[in-house]
Amino acid sequence: MTASTEVFEEVLVADQADQDDRFYYASQWSLIWWRFRRHRVAMVSTVLLLLLYLLAVLPGFFSPYLPSTRFESYQEAPPVRLHWMDKSSEGGGFIGPHYYGYEKTLNKETFKYEFEPILDNPIRLRLFAPGSEYTIVGDWTSTIHFFGTDVEEPPPFMLFGADRLGRDLLSRTLYGARISLSIGLIGVALSLILGVILGGISGYFGGLIDEVIQRLIDFLISIPQIPLWMALSAALPRDWPVLKTYFAITIILSILGWTGLARVVRGKLLSLREEDYAMAAKAAGTGESRIIFKHLLPGFTSHLIVTVTLAVPTMILAETALSFLGLGIQPPAVSWGTLLQDAQDIVAIAQHPHQLIPAAWVMAAVLLFNNVGDGLRDAADPYSDH
Amino acid sequence: MVAYIVRRSVMLIPILVLISLVSFAIIELPPGDWVTYQIENLRASGIELNEDEAERLVKMYGFDQPAWKRYIRWMRGILFKFNFGWSFQWGKTVNELLGERLPLTLVISISALIVSWIIAIPIGIYSATHQYSVLDYIFTFFGFLGLTIPTFLLAMVLAWYIFKLTEFAPLGLFSIEYMDEPMSMEKFIDMLKHLVLPLIIIGLNGTGALIRVMRGNLLDELKKQYVITARAKGVNEMQLLFKYPVRMSMNPVISTIGWILPGIFSGEVLVSLVLGLQTTGPLLLRAVLAQDMFLAGSIVMILSVLTVIGTLLSDILLAALDPRIRYSAAAAR
Repeated sequence: MTASTEVFEEVLVADQADQDDRFYYASQWSLIWWRFRRHRVAMVSTVLLLLLYLLAVLPGFFSPYLPSTRFESYQEAPPVRLHWMDKSSEGGGFIGPHYYGYEKTLNKETFKYEFEPILDNPIRLRLFAPGSEYTIVGDWTSTIHFFGTDVEEPPPFMLFGADRLGRDLLSRTLYGARISLSIGLIGVALSLILGVILGGISGYFGGLIDEVIQRLIDFLISIPQIPLWMALSAALPRDWPVLKTYFAITIILSILGWTGLARVVRGKLLSLREEDYAMAAKAAGTGESRIIFKHLLPGFTSHLIVTVTLAVPTMILAETALSFLGLGIQPPAVSWGTLLQDAQDIVAIAQHPHQLIPAAWVMAAVLLFNNVGDGLRDAADPYSDH
Repeated sequence: MVAYIVRRSVMLIPILVLISLVSFAIIELPPGDWVTYQIENLRASGIELNEDEAERLVKMYGFDQPAWKRYIRWMRGILFKFNFGWSFQWGKTVNELLGERLPLTLVISISALIVSWIIAIPIGIYSATHQYSVLDYIFTFFGFLGLTIPTFLLAMVLAWYIFKLTEFAPLGLFSIEYMDEPMSMEKFIDMLKHLVLPLIIIGLNGTGALIRVMRGNLLDELKKQYVITARAKGVNEMQLLFKYPVRMSMNPVISTIGWILPGIFSGEVLVSLVLGLQTTGPLLLRAVLAQDMFLAGSIVMILSVLTVIGTLLSDILLAALDPRIRYSAAAAR
């Protein structure tokens, strides 16, 4: 064996030891992070989900128009195509992103309006273009949009097409994301509070109160949720302001949504209470609440996060379903569910399939959350197979 | 066995009481006195209603009495006279309306459950016996999709797509040309064609879950020693598989009915609305929108009771199939 390979082997061994040290000294959270990072689908989904929420936080900036702006002659116009190569007769080269206005003709046979792009007049798009004024937060407004055009009075650029009243579906989908995506988070936050309190009481005190709460959970799990949600939302007056309806819906969703979280809290509390370190803390004279919050809670926070992540899509779906049925968010407020009301009639969809685009967004959000939740579940217990 | 059934049935009573309380709360939930609202409605629609008549209505529905008395009245009507109340919106008894709609709800829900079994169990067996094969990955992926994809949105998209490809609209129970025809072979086939999409979609969430459970259980079972022993003795692989491990891993699958059933009834409501099936789903929506609360409350109650009874039946079936369960339950006493 030559000197150089020896050195090489030594480095390898030292490297291995370093690796081991790194593993043994790492905190639980960095272990979880390392493991989560290895889950490629979950990582990609996390990034996409963050992007989705960015869109939902700044719908005014990313959407070209306001959700209520109507383009009267563009009712149910199909999506406008984005072009890069000049399609007009004299052109032909690359001129950057642009689109063409529509010419509307009445088909004499079907008596339906048809939209044909006018190819001789490319309208160029640019980033950070000025447009109509929108509110960011409170009194803070802006007129800069993510993309737009400098052309005077351009034909509308409706990437997802227009709805029945000639409003831009892309803008409406983005504004809808604000309500649909946030209702998931707030609903789960409320469920989490209910779940931690009731699950905590149940798991920590045990006895009769545990029995009562457990039977209540069994009961809530064993009945079909959608009919119950529908009936509960019937009590909401249709003329309430948007914000009030929004919170009422959130509360209705979390009334039935806390059971899963309470089960996790109770189960984990019951098993961790018997651990040696909990005993030791008790023997050392630590108070009950300090044991729960300082010693027991950190032991299952990761599991709680998993359950929370997997509960969000259920909430988003429930809101979509209720609004779709006309029982949730009421127009003129926009959520993905209210947008899908336009797509209730299959014959209408067959003529204007772009009305289904919001459905694709709901499915994407639900799938992404489930992917992230799956990745978190694999990572939640980093000590499991080491 | 009889003792087990009796004990499980008795345990059902508090749940049934809770369901009836929740349903009654739903009836009472909309703000304002509901009879006053109806009286105003009648007056607005031009029906002459004198004070006596109005008072009689208030008395009839017990609105001069506290809520718990109304609850007892309502429950007495259901338990002893099988009378669920009156639907103002339709001008019919709730019984009559439910009689029209409930059979189809039941047929569709139960068939959806069976369809999800027929799809999931063979796939689960294949995935477990061919672990990490290409098809296993594909099935696992579709199982995941089935678990997560929102069924009523999928119903919309698929119905549109089928309509676009084949000009066949999978809506309602019959095509227009068969609507008024008497039952015939062609009409029956037409009905089956309309039912394929809703049954697969309603059962979809359950199918995804069942594939996972079946695959996991069978994998555990296949690792056990008796399988290795049987294989060592030269038992035919197919015979071995279906005689012991598959039967063993079916038991937990049966117990999943309990948590699949609520999802099936929920899904049935939404999918029926999208696909225009005349079940209790659209009836519930119309009742809720019109605040026809006796009807809405009754539908919620019946769907919940059906779910709970379904769970009970699956528990009994499980105990019948697996003697260990009824003995351990008996021993626990």
